[in-house]
Amino acid sequence: MATKHSRAAARLMISPAVLLLLGWMIVPLAMTLYFSFQRYNLLMPGMEEFTGFTNYRFFLTDPAFFAALLHTLQLVLGVLVITIVGGVLLALLLDQPFWGQGIVRILVIAPFFVMPTVSALVWKNMFLNPVNGLFAHIAKFFGLQPYDFLAQAPLASIIGIVSWQWLPFATLILLTALQSLDQEQLEAAEMDGAGPMSRFTYIMLPHLARAITVVILIQTIFLLSVFAEILVTTNGGPGTASTNLTYLIYVQSLLQFDVGGGSAGGVVAIILANIVAIFLMRMIGKNLES
Amino acid sequence: MNMTIRALMGACALGALASGALAETTITVATVNNGDMIRMQGLMDAFYAAHPDIKVEWVTLEENVLRQRVTQDVAAKGGQFDVMTIGTYEVPIWGSKGWLVGLNDLPAEYDVDDLLPAIRGGLTVDGTLYAAPFYGESSMVMYRKDLMEKAGLSMPDAPTWADIKAAAAAMTDKNAEIYGVCLRGKAGWGENMAFLTAMSNSYGAKWFDMDWKPQFDSDAWKATLTDYLDLMNSYGPPGASSNGFNENLALFQSGKCGMWIDATVAASFVTNPTDSTVADQVGFALAPDNGLGKRGNWLWAWSLGIPAGTQKADAAKTFVQWATSKEYLALVAEKEGWANVPPGTRTSLYENPEYQKVSFAKMTLESINSADPTHPTVDEVPYVGVQFVAIPEFQGLGTAVGQQFSAALAGQITAEQALENAQAFTTREMQKAGYIK
Amino acid sequence: MARKVSQNRKALVTVAAWAVGIAIFFPILWTVILSFKSEGDAIKTPFEVLSANWTLESYSTVQERSNYLRHFWNSVVLSVGSTLLGLLIAVPAAWAMAFVPGKRTKDVLMWMLSTKMLPPVGVLVPLYLIFRDFGLLDTRIGLVIVLTLINLPIIVWMLYTYFREIPGEILEAARMDGATLRAEILYVLTPMAVPGIASTLLLNIILAWNEAFWTLNLTAAKAAPLTAFIASYSSPEGLFYAKLSAASTMAIAPILIMGWFSQKQLVRGLTFGAVK
Repeated sequence: MATKHSRAAARLMISPAVLLLLGWMIVPLAMTLYFSFQRYNLLMPGMEEFTGFTNYRFFLTDPAFFAALLHTLQLVLGVLVITIVGGVLLALLLDQPFWGQGIVRILVIAPFFVMPTVSALVWKNMFLNPVNGLFAHIAKFFGLQPYDFLAQAPLASIIGIVSWQWLPFATLILLTALQSLDQEQLEAAEMDGAGPMSRFTYIMLPHLARAITVVILIQTIFLLSVFAEILVTTNGGPGTASTNLTYLIYVQSLLQFDVGGGSAGGVVAIILANIVAIFLMRMIGKNLES
Repeated sequence: MNMTIRALMGACALGALASGALAETTITVATVNNGDMIRMQGLMDAFYAAHPDIKVEWVTLEENVLRQRVTQDVAAKGGQFDVMTIGTYEVPIWGSKGWLVGLNDLPAEYDVDDLLPAIRGGLTVDGTLYAAPFYGESSMVMYRKDLMEKAGLSMPDAPTWADIKAAAAAMTDKNAEIYGVCLRGKAGWGENMAFLTAMSNSYGAKWFDMDWKPQFDSDAWKATLTDYLDLMNSYGPPGASSNGFNENLALFQSGKCGMWIDATVAASFVTNPTDSTVADQVGFALAPDNGLGKRGNWLWAWSLGIPAGTQKADAAKTFVQWATSKEYLALVAEKEGWANVPPGTRTSLYENPEYQKVSFAKMTLESINSADPTHPTVDEVPYVGVQFVAIPEFQGLGTAVGQQFSAALAGQITAEQALENAQAFTTREMQKAGYIK
Repeated sequence: MARKVSQNRKALVTVAAWAVGIAIFFPILWTVILSFKSEGDAIKTPFEVLSANWTLESYSTVQERSNYLRHFWNSVVLSVGSTLLGLLIAVPAAWAMAFVPGKRTKDVLMWMLSTKMLPPVGVLVPLYLIFRDFGLLDTRIGLVIVLTLINLPIIVWMLYTYFREIPGEILEAARMDGATLRAEILYVLTPMAVPGIASTLLLNIILAWNEAFWTLNLTAAKAAPLTAFIASYSSPEGLFYAKLSAASTMAIAPILIMGWFSQKQLVRGLTFGAVK
């Protein structure tokens, strides 16, 4: 249906975006690849030399590496589960008629507008701090020992903070999807005697599948590189209890200024991210087709 | 795309030329968000009055962010800053690499010889001064006189670690939210490791032996860490593993700590009645020792350095000179009182009878003088630096080891495990960096 | 056909929805409350905080200490600039993908998204060196370029899903009438695409406004936005809850207000094609 002319025009129109992103991807990637085979510490200029796979060997045998890998997975999955389950429940609730819908919707989406550094700082100091934080005050009010969230459950606390930031996003998308659901279909099912649970399982959930997929895709992209929240709250600790892959690379390249080691880490992270990407795209491909 | 960038850069270059034609020079100063620096930003009118041709742009950042930004900038020659606030850790390393402008040509009225010898020594490499100290600090014991009295104890001027432990036990009253001792627990080479490395010196421990072999498997380190954990677990505040200088300061000011061993510069904050609820009850003592000849205090000076390669070295020098001069000290004294003068840099300040009236002046000077960065440990070591090791790798090492000790404080691992991990990690990194085979 | 809903049920849902809404909003509300308290009061128990005097002292301290307006203005320039630039590049691309789909369109789209998975910390040093050599450090133009590039995939995708929902028949009808490609875009598509473009614009302004890694690392004094402003309050000495709250409120208020006023437009396009 498209003419040759319009095809050529289309190509022309896509190319700026593609070329820019290609450049954005290839230039730093090429430099990162190059540096990853170099002994290159920013603090020791003049000692650069080719070292083969040394940087990779040190990065992959770093005891923190597997911990970081695991934490990255836990963080992504944890936040996904919380935001999707929470998002579906919230969407179901907000889809009902009630007084003040507009205001409540505004309240619910607000966290999405807060910059990650600010939300991390606010949670860390005003809420989770075991002496002056709000939760500590509440615990003391009930005569309980305040719980030291960031020391005792660092990763869970970070998952909580990040979930708070992303819950509005998931809720909104799921709510929009829910609102597009055919009411008549629901009513027909109700007449046929389907209970609320089976209506949810057989009609709503399949309808939401596509929206859920989108939430997973977008959030995963952002969650794989969660960084500011960790830097602000726990510095990856205690020990390496809340170090994810991004943070581990940060430690290498910006704390130790080991550009070689950091680059090797970066390459490893890119490879892993692409594995996730391929996996995601398969899933999306299935769901977004048609 | 390329064309646009070039065109834009052309435009920028033109803009730069145009602004260069004006007489005013703008220098960018990167600084840490500590009280003394913030205060200086409020007193800049005096500088502008004397130097109307210089304008100062401030970039105020939290310590860790600042350090990463300035290190990256100076090492990669980014040229974003004309003056950098750096410490005694950076100066020797950067100075020997030629990354800083030497300051030996400061005029006579600046009176370089007035700088405290210990501080000046820490900022000098091969006879060249590479940064001017803005304030200097050591660490000491700050304690609550009222609580000590209530416990029926008195604090010696030069306590031992046993004295500290006894006092902490006597003052702790967890029901009243009074914790006997507050110490740093937050991971970081400039946070818990500054304290622990200084403490370990008084226990006869060291980071490396003369062959650069890590020493965390030594008994001295084990004793250090065990005593530290014991103190904190029995008498420390909850959540200590995320407490750094600022968190502890807030705790002490709100009356929740019996003792706090930390930077001498904190003395002016805890005795300041507007911020501190315990201002009139604070006593001071030297950092503790174990009778081995070294005390557990450190030496640090936040200093102003000028990165080599800046186009505005002259204006930068004028500013650095002003900010670290005797006149600036007098200016602060006049506007904010003697207790708020940036401490620990000049002999003349401590000879000033007005300043001698300040409660913590004497103890601060004694603490600074008792630190020796060139011979920090009981045994001989191949490095300089009291609470750090002045090698480029130390930031990474110190922070990673600090993470382990912080985890031990949080109760996630035992002291033995923390030391084992620290030893393994440090050995690995030193191999990677080529110090040991 | 509207379903009959009992008033009881509606009341119940109202209570539940408001409770959840307030709970989610509470951290922001609490921050705003603390920002109007004195430092000494801000660390007290919740009851004491609420009954303590209200004061503007933290705001005046922050105002004295930092050049808020400059940071604010930089944030505006960076977020709006990068979004507009991004739209300029993305609209044609998304249009072409949606209306002249080729065999590879899906792959190209997915590949674009995958560039967002590049961990920024891993490529900071290389990029810093490039910026240094091109004289882009601490310039708004440099940051606009970076922010455009990191958000471009999201912009393209959002627009693509939006454009795809525009029925193809309308285009064909226009073509039959002899409309040129240009006319087709200008008079037929643009009006239909405006809502999608508007919500894309809003979302990307938010994303760019909140981007904290590149904006902090590639700026010093001149181009630093509000994210750098916050970095100087993150752990000051002594009591700092009230000042931190004030600075936080000042940093998030503009985007929060913009978000609230435009939430209808924003929400409409936030679907990413999730709704068929």
